[in-house]
Amino acid sequence: MEQKKETLLEIHDLSISFRMYHQGLEQKELQVISDLYLTIYPGEIVAVAGSSGSGKSLLASAILGLLPGNATVHGHLHYQGQELTPERQRRLRGREIALVPQSVAYLDPLMKIGPQTDGHEKSRSPERRRQLFARFGLPEETEGLYPFQLSGGMARRVLVSTALLTDARLVIADEPTPGMSLDQALEALGMFREMADEGRAVILITHDIDLAFEFADRVAVFYGGTTVETAPASDFKKGPEALRHPYSKALWSALPQNGFHPIPGFQPYPGDLPEGCLFAPRCPLKTAECTAAVPPVQEIRGGEVRCYHGT
Amino acid sequence: MKGSLGRLARIFLTYSIKMTTLLLAVSVISFALVSESPVDPVQQYILGLGTAVSPEQREQIEDYWGVDEPPAERYIHWLSELLQGNLGESLLYRRPVADIIGERFLNSLALMLCAWVLSGGIGFTLGCIMGMYQGQWPDKILKRICYIISSVPTFWLGLVLLLVFSVWLGWFPIGFSSPVGVLEEEVTIWQRLYHLILPAFTLSLLSFVNIALHTRQKLADVLNSEYVLFARARGEGPWTILRRHGLRNILLPAVTLQFASFAELFGGSVLAENVFSYPGLGSAVSAAGLNSDVPLLLGITLFSTLFVCVGNMIANLLYGIIDPQIQEVSL
Amino acid sequence: MRLGNRRKKLILLTVVMALIFIAIYAFGILIPEEEIAGSFLEARRPPSPSHPFGTDALGRDLLLRTFKGLSVSLTVGFAASAVSAVIAILVGIGAAAGARWVDGVMNWVIDLVMGVPHTILIILISFSAGRGLKGLLIGIAATHWCSLARLIRGEVLQLQSQPYIAVSRKLGKSSGWILVHHLLPHLLPQFFVGLILMLPHAILHEASISFLGFGLPPEQPAIGIILSESMGYLSAGLWWPALLPGLTLVLLVLLVDNLGEQLQKLLDPSSAQE
Repeated sequence: MEQKKETLLEIHDLSISFRMYHQGLEQKELQVISDLYLTIYPGEIVAVAGSSGSGKSLLASAILGLLPGNATVHGHLHYQGQELTPERQRRLRGREIALVPQSVAYLDPLMKIGPQTDGHEKSRSPERRRQLFARFGLPEETEGLYPFQLSGGMARRVLVSTALLTDARLVIADEPTPGMSLDQALEALGMFREMADEGRAVILITHDIDLAFEFADRVAVFYGGTTVETAPASDFKKGPEALRHPYSKALWSALPQNGFHPIPGFQPYPGDLPEGCLFAPRCPLKTAECTAAVPPVQEIRGGEVRCYHGT
Repeated sequence: MKGSLGRLARIFLTYSIKMTTLLLAVSVISFALVSESPVDPVQQYILGLGTAVSPEQREQIEDYWGVDEPPAERYIHWLSELLQGNLGESLLYRRPVADIIGERFLNSLALMLCAWVLSGGIGFTLGCIMGMYQGQWPDKILKRICYIISSVPTFWLGLVLLLVFSVWLGWFPIGFSSPVGVLEEEVTIWQRLYHLILPAFTLSLLSFVNIALHTRQKLADVLNSEYVLFARARGEGPWTILRRHGLRNILLPAVTLQFASFAELFGGSVLAENVFSYPGLGSAVSAAGLNSDVPLLLGITLFSTLFVCVGNMIANLLYGIIDPQIQEVSL
Repeated sequence: MRLGNRRKKLILLTVVMALIFIAIYAFGILIPEEEIAGSFLEARRPPSPSHPFGTDALGRDLLLRTFKGLSVSLTVGFAASAVSAVIAILVGIGAAAGARWVDGVMNWVIDLVMGVPHTILIILISFSAGRGLKGLLIGIAATHWCSLARLIRGEVLQLQSQPYIAVSRKLGKSSGWILVHHLLPHLLPQFFVGLILMLPHAILHEASISFLGFGLPPEQPAIGIILSESMGYLSAGLWWPALLPGLTLVLLVLLVDNLGEQLQKLLDPSSAQE
């Protein structure tokens, strides 16, 4: 693949922990992301899948440098080959890296949609926004409304518009589609596809896994705050035999159209993580080595997997 | 827009009813309180006249006070006079209470308005600074200062300012709202303002703390909100965020709070006016109390209640304007 | 370990502040009246080693007068706060646990008390009681209970929705039983913290009202009266009767305020974290 030449974003061994006050005055470190890796190339959409609590949304904050003050970050974040320092994050966010947030709560309740979508930089003309709103089927009056007057679907489209109006090379979309109708979701994802085809890149954090598979190039599966597998999206369409990690296979089987087979057990809680592989307690393939040490990342059939028994 | 106008009208109506009941209750309670007083109003009135009164005159006065009637009847009599705009005659000033209140209220209003604007401005600015630097040294220092100032009694602060600026530095006069020995009509607006500075400053210093701490808290809430997180994700710097999102979300609540604090303002003005011998309602009410001027005392009590109620009413209406948006978003 | 240390420090600090507080109070009370009576030979002396606060126009030692006055203010403030706190707890529980109309009436009464500027209300009450200590006490007690009552009302409403109270009710326990066994133990810390936090306000109000001439009689060495007298000598350049007693009052109020905060942290650790 020609993508391999230069990465847009590279994350490895990323760990995030929060300093919490336990029982009033006692301090405690709560590990929420451990040894996470993710690589994004220009021109691709990478879907990040995983159940809630797997650390998907934190990833966005970590890339943008917006973690709360009590968070500690370890590991490497590189953007266009250079380290992402807090100073660089400050310069890049909103310009090079754009975020599509999760819900209408991310809009200022007292600011009208029009100026709010345009953002604080004065250079932007409302014309482009109007065209974009029209493509999304947002009526013209939308720009004069306040956030609370928007329906769920309208709000999502406005949120997506904020990112599409920037010239960002990397868009991180945190659950952009729920609440939209299928047509609107397809339109939004189609626009992300267009962006990617122009050489930009999109990280699509999502629950709508099957929809994401259609538009994404690759899929990263998160579990308990770490990446267990990244694989070409096509592998997810083929079925569990094409996947490498037992959790990815289980995730596939849990989809409604694949029989809706849930896996027994729970994702580990931060602060109560098991030794070794985080999935081991629920894994059908568990052996002694799994609980002894965290498995290293290995390449199998064009994908990466963190498992001793990856196939 | 129509809906919100209707809502405001509803708020106005409910609050007007409540205000009427409150005023009525205050009139009953204050009348009962002054009736309980061991001071005999007729005796006071006659003493105040300083001349001998004929039996007819005395009867007339007793008739006005309704000495022989039971308190309830006296109250009804007083209230019906009140509703016709007759607040009685001040024993101290020998003039209708309504005139005195009208005249002195203008003086007090100038004082309170200055203090109100000043304390709002200082408080809001300090609150913004504290909120922006929450947990850092500017916040910590300002918070300390706020707590210390809230432990300082108004009148003592007035005394200290008087001592420093009038006695030691000689920058300001020691009292009165206009220069002594100058005719009322010849006093210029600048002279009035000049005499207003110290009392207004005293009064505002003591009421800015509330608004500052409130603003600090509100701004901290805004800065911790998801929409500010998104604004930061879009590359907005801290001062852009304050300008674009902070002010928008905290200014109106702060103004609302300022309107709701008329009671403290009026209470403080009583002390400030006494320290600076400022001829407003505040110095009149303490003079009325000390000299057993019952009609004036009652009149000012009712008027101050009305004043507080008006402030609360404005605060309620302002809430009515901001409320629906905030409410629906948080749902 | 950390927890133990911080708590120990907090307790130590509270005890030290309480001791200072008690010492000031005791010092004031123990000053005999005749010590204060001054001589005209000593009148209008600026602060000196023998009279650290100077003397007033009648030659009385201002340090002794100030501390005597502070002890009087503390007594009045404490008594008024205690009455006010009891009113607050009764109204708060009544509003939360009683029928809906009771709640409505209580709220209306609170609005009523908040609707008249407190200084005016206290003047009125003091006038009604013929000035002096009685009016002052009633006036301060009548005006300071509102916010604590609201706090307690909220607390009771929250407690009532707790499962264990619902269980007690299901088990057939009477309202009175629940009040004594479940509500009061929770409200007691609130009550004491509220009382201590009310004290500085009560002291300030006492001083203000005495300053205006509606409080304690002029022969009492109350702090408001000292300051009121000092006003007359201000233009003559007598700065110490205004400055030093007032400063002492402010320091005392700060001390009491801090003491209340420390107690709040000790009794109710959850509120200590902002």
